[in-house]
Amino acid sequence: MKKLFPLAVLATLIIAIQLITGWTDTRFYLTQLTMSAYYALLIIGLCVVMGYAGQLSLGHAGFFAIGGYVSAALTTRNLEGLKDTVLIRLFDGLGLLVAGQDIYGDSLLVVTPWAACLAAVLCAGVIAWVLGIPVLKLKGHYLAMATLGFGIIIYRIVLASEVFGEADGISDVPSFPLLPGLSVSGDFGAREENYYIAWGLLIIGLVLLRNLVDSRVGRALRSIHGSEEAAEATGVDTARFKLQVFVISAVYAAVAGVFLTHYNGGIGPSEAGVMKSVRYVAIVAVGGMAHLWGAMVMGIVLNFLSLRGVFGSYDDAVFGFILIAIMLFAPNGILSWNWRGYGAMLLRRGRRRESLREKTDGLA
Amino acid sequence: MTAELFVQYLFAGITYGAIYAIVAIGFNIIYNATGIINFAQGEFVMLGGMISITLLPIMPLWLAITTAVMLTMVFGALLEICFIRWLENPSVLRMIIITIGLSILTREAALHIWGESIRSLPYFIGDEVMTVALFGARISPQVLWVIGACGLMVIGLNIFFQTTSVGREMRACAANRRAALLCGINTRNMVTLSFMLSAGIGALAGCVMSPITSTQYDIGTGLAIKGFTVAILGGLGNAMAAVGAGLLLGILEAFSVSVLPLAFKDAIAIAILLLILFFRPHGLFGSRTAAGLKEF
Amino acid sequence: MTIKRHGRKIALWAVMVLAITGMLLPASLYAAQTYKIGAILAVTGPASFLGGPEARTLEMLVDQTNAAGGINGQKIELIIKDSGGNPEKAISFAKQLIEEEKVLAVIGPSTSGETMKIKKIFEQAGTTLISCAAAEVIVNPVAQYVFKTPQKDSFAAQKIFQTMKAMGISKIAVLAGNTGFGKAGKAQLLKIAPEMGIEVVATEVYDKQSKDLSAVVAKIKANKDVQAVVNWSIVPAQAIVAKNMRQAGWDVPLFQSHGFGNIKYVEAAGAAAEGIIFPCGRLLVADQLPDGHPQKALLVDYIAGYEKKYQETASAFGGYAYDAFIILEAAMEKAGMDPAKIRDEIEKIQNLPGTSGVFSFSPQDHNGLDIDSFEMITVKDGKFVPYKGM
Repeated sequence: MKKLFPLAVLATLIIAIQLITGWTDTRFYLTQLTMSAYYALLIIGLCVVMGYAGQLSLGHAGFFAIGGYVSAALTTRNLEGLKDTVLIRLFDGLGLLVAGQDIYGDSLLVVTPWAACLAAVLCAGVIAWVLGIPVLKLKGHYLAMATLGFGIIIYRIVLASEVFGEADGISDVPSFPLLPGLSVSGDFGAREENYYIAWGLLIIGLVLLRNLVDSRVGRALRSIHGSEEAAEATGVDTARFKLQVFVISAVYAAVAGVFLTHYNGGIGPSEAGVMKSVRYVAIVAVGGMAHLWGAMVMGIVLNFLSLRGVFGSYDDAVFGFILIAIMLFAPNGILSWNWRGYGAMLLRRGRRRESLREKTDGLA
Repeated sequence: MTAELFVQYLFAGITYGAIYAIVAIGFNIIYNATGIINFAQGEFVMLGGMISITLLPIMPLWLAITTAVMLTMVFGALLEICFIRWLENPSVLRMIIITIGLSILTREAALHIWGESIRSLPYFIGDEVMTVALFGARISPQVLWVIGACGLMVIGLNIFFQTTSVGREMRACAANRRAALLCGINTRNMVTLSFMLSAGIGALAGCVMSPITSTQYDIGTGLAIKGFTVAILGGLGNAMAAVGAGLLLGILEAFSVSVLPLAFKDAIAIAILLLILFFRPHGLFGSRTAAGLKEF
Repeated sequence: MTIKRHGRKIALWAVMVLAITGMLLPASLYAAQTYKIGAILAVTGPASFLGGPEARTLEMLVDQTNAAGGINGQKIELIIKDSGGNPEKAISFAKQLIEEEKVLAVIGPSTSGETMKIKKIFEQAGTTLISCAAAEVIVNPVAQYVFKTPQKDSFAAQKIFQTMKAMGISKIAVLAGNTGFGKAGKAQLLKIAPEMGIEVVATEVYDKQSKDLSAVVAKIKANKDVQAVVNWSIVPAQAIVAKNMRQAGWDVPLFQSHGFGNIKYVEAAGAAAEGIIFPCGRLLVADQLPDGHPQKALLVDYIAGYEKKYQETASAFGGYAYDAFIILEAAMEKAGMDPAKIRDEIEKIQNLPGTSGVFSFSPQDHNGLDIDSFEMITVKDGKFVPYKGM
């Protein structure tokens, strides 16, 4: 019951926002709220890796890009020319392909969004698993550099590959029909349902992660964060747990990438850039490393403001500033900063001064 | 491949390599003194170039470069004093994030001060088309400046660390901070000094390479990543191995162009780095036991 | 423990509620009595060398127009959004400008990738978009509400090949930067070359942040067939190609694209820029145009105004935004504040001189420029001069 309470509040808030925007004719806020929700999905995944398992990842934009790009490429690249190969016929027989027409009126044969989505997420998961085995053995600067390196490689690949559209990225990605009558798309008419799809996905993701964190895995993770050697000594298979969490967070990132790409109708190389990864780390840091709710709220608020262009030309600078300020003054996140303690300290100081005054008065 | 082409690739590789090596040495100096990887190292290079270009209209070239190096050193010291000095036992994660933040802020500040346009210092000798023939290949005299400056810096640093008392104190700090403290060395000042030194080196590199590469507000990040790659390739903390590793990476990159599309060049450098991290994390030239003793 | 946790949660909710209600405050308090136009430009980030001059040009033009009384007696209100070259931001801003700010039309984005991502949004919303990006796919096939001002890549490629044929060149190497501009240009060069009887014997793509390209220059130089090099790029690194070629003692003709249209690149390449030949709008040689030329007065005026206001040389990039603005201005003068009519009026524009050329739109042509909008230009003594053959 206690666990459900915040979720119920969140759900109420989500519905309330939709209703308020409907009444006040400000439905356009839902666009950025939807996009932010997808980014927040990535961020809560990263939060578990950073905060609970204590592993810094500077390459999460890479997983987001794998998800988005693979799904986008599969649903837009024409397979018409390969129509007669065995593999394509097999796929067609399984119902994985759809035929259509492109903007020039030529016939088009592409993979269905559901198959593309599964392929993309699977791809990200497998890459995370293969990468995670050697990378998670590293610590400190080496871990940071390895994950950063992974992100750069993904960025370079999408920027250099014809199939991923090089510098232009991929445009005209079709909408993603989840259920009949319910599809992920950026059409102006489909805004409300996409808002609920995004937030529904985020809540499901949050619930799953909360369960993970409160389970045996979560306890093992916290022990890893505290001291990896100690955890190992007490019989925790640290390597396995770290890898599990890393793969899960990569899957979260990839799912976010797939959905946002279909929502936006396209993806560009900037989604794979180093600055994006750094930005995600910044948001997790502000929200509090080991604080799922904090990371989620900050993921929503900061992305929402950034996507609305509130920071103008100072967008990157704002995130740089946030990184420094948080790490200097509140390394556990602004919400875990001891406001109460700080207040109490001020009070105490005041009292001490008073009592001091009393004493000196007494002396006089 | 003809001999001429070989030499041409080799010089291209040495030019990249020398630049990477200088950035990597800067990383290593700070790493040795503090155990911090300073992600803002590339920004020192950018600042050196930018400041000297700004000063050039009002003073001769050599003075502009000297002043730029001095100013960047002051900037490096300020960074350390304002953001790093007063932290007690910061975790590696925290330090990485702070230096990344500093790098972003410096870059954005540069964008708003100098704008997005590209600038460069004039060639120190001759102009853009003047070349020197060497072993059948033709290279710009500025390449010789870069290689020369890199060489002089390495020799100068060696002398500084081996013979001067400050240099020895810095090495003592690098070897064992607590022991150095017990011997009466002011380790905090040594850390500030290491930031100044590495800022100065970076700025000088930024000045000598500016005629070849041009300077823009965002050159720092790419250089920092390359420099970091080289530092790890050579073995973190080993300043002289960085020179070897830098040249090696530069030459590899230059020759990779002959067999692979240029677009994948950077991906290859990073892939090499990942392999090194997985199989020889103490670097190509480092020793495993020495690396094991370092704190991370 | 529980109290502490609850306290934290309350703080969380408070932040969330505050942030969201703050955002929900009515955004547009302005009455629709001004001509409200939007701009999505990469003012910062990797494409800032395009977005920067474009944004400054627009600000200057809006100030000038408003000082002169605005359009039909109404002031213009310009909202510039900095996308930093990120498509996802461009998408968000596009929706924001259309629905929330209810702009009449949008200028930008600076890059082709961003333009292609938001094209569909403008088609759906029925709002006009005038892109400052070069790629031909933006207007081919024609999208009803999407226009663009930079000249078509295919014309630039044709112009280059024509010059080459006059010089007797038939085998070339192509270099391109890894931006949308380089990608689109490379594709056009490779497509048109066979039609013009020219063979491309080597192609390389270099990174937009390259520091030194002497290795790749050595590679293509080793191919003895190469009679000329085309370097198609818009990023600063293209100046490095010129330098490295000349430093390698290689003196085949170097052709560039209209992305070279910025005197800064000539300065960066210095003596190595001498003799570079490239097609570009007449902005670069405005002072050398004959007096009766339709573009002369406007170009001289723009350059003088820009250089006085910002103390930097005007480039063809700012010119793209200039053209977008005057096209919009001309359409709004006729259409008033009716967004649907603005589109129709743009299609009716004939013989409107701009910085890139003289614009004549039609329902089939949303670029409005023909091949004559390009002039072959060369660099002589560090200055742009019209190319007059060898």
